[in-house]
Amino acid sequence: MAKQASIEQDGTVIESLGNAMFRVELENGHVITAHISGKMRMHYIKILPGDKVKLAMSPYDLTKGRITFRYK
Amino acid sequence: MMIIRSEEEIELIRKSSLLVGKTLAEVARNIKPGVKTNLLDKIAEEFIRDHGAKPGFKGYNGFPYTLCISLNENVVHGFPSDTELVDGDIVSVDCGTYMNGFYGDSAYTFAIGEVKEETLLLMKRTKESLYLGIEQAVAGNRVGDIGYAVQTYVESFGYSVVRDLVGHGLGENLHEKPEVPNFGRKGTGVKLHEGMVLAIEPMINLGGRKVVQESDGWTFRTADRKPSAHFEHDVVVRKGKAEILSTFDYIEEVLKAK
Repeated sequence: MAKQASIEQDGTVIESLGNAMFRVELENGHVITAHISGKMRMHYIKILPGDKVKLAMSPYDLTKGRITFRYK
Repeated sequence: MMIIRSEEEIELIRKSSLLVGKTLAEVARNIKPGVKTNLLDKIAEEFIRDHGAKPGFKGYNGFPYTLCISLNENVVHGFPSDTELVDGDIVSVDCGTYMNGFYGDSAYTFAIGEVKEETLLLMKRTKESLYLGIEQAVAGNRVGDIGYAVQTYVESFGYSVVRDLVGHGLGENLHEKPEVPNFGRKGTGVKLHEGMVLAIEPMINLGGRKVVQESDGWTFRTADRKPSAHFEHDVVVRKGKAEILSTFDYIEEVLKAK
């Protein structure tokens, strides 16, 4: 039996909310709030509105996400 | 964090996996146009219980049946029902057993009667991609190498790999760490060590990669309703060459004799 993957999606940052939180629009049109992953914060990776990012999401709460990658 | 199995544990997983192969052969014997899929489920359950094991899927997260039977555009986790198999269908049968404290898990896609050429090729190439993935399951490689092998092979034919469902580790639990996606980049992901047991299961779509979940909460089907094929083996990571615990030999014997 196949396992359901933890949901991974791409999106575009539309607004910075401070405290490393962002409002991100997903490819499917949903808008969610997302924070930067600790690893990205450790390496001072800055994110600005308009950036394309990769998000990890939990299937249990589809309104929040974690930004795991910023595309160049 | 990664679970390394002892030889004794691997033997027990092998026993469960071989029973899955025999059960699928029993299903293969009875699969033909006009058969209702819940009859296959009943046959499989009886066969598993006669051999002193328990159906591995029944009750897993509330799954109500022994087999996952997924027709045509259904990818995986389909429910057996009183729909009759029709000439031209392809049907993925996924089966699990639980015996001596360990799970076995394997899947095979059957063609019913005369199937379209392109669908037959999809099945054949999905199976080939499974073996290409298994080749990469050697100590020192990474999980991404398995996914890369599967993905590059099937995408060269214009097929697509399902992203929302992945293979998994196997042992005392049906789903264990790590996740084994059928897509990926070389040299990424968890490192493979000798003695890890993985269930590798490419789910390959003829059309796009998007899948949607039906309202029953289990069945996944392709968004564009094009057919999807699915094969699964349990393997042990070894030095140099992976060892396959489950087998399609019994199934293919039956299919040949038909």
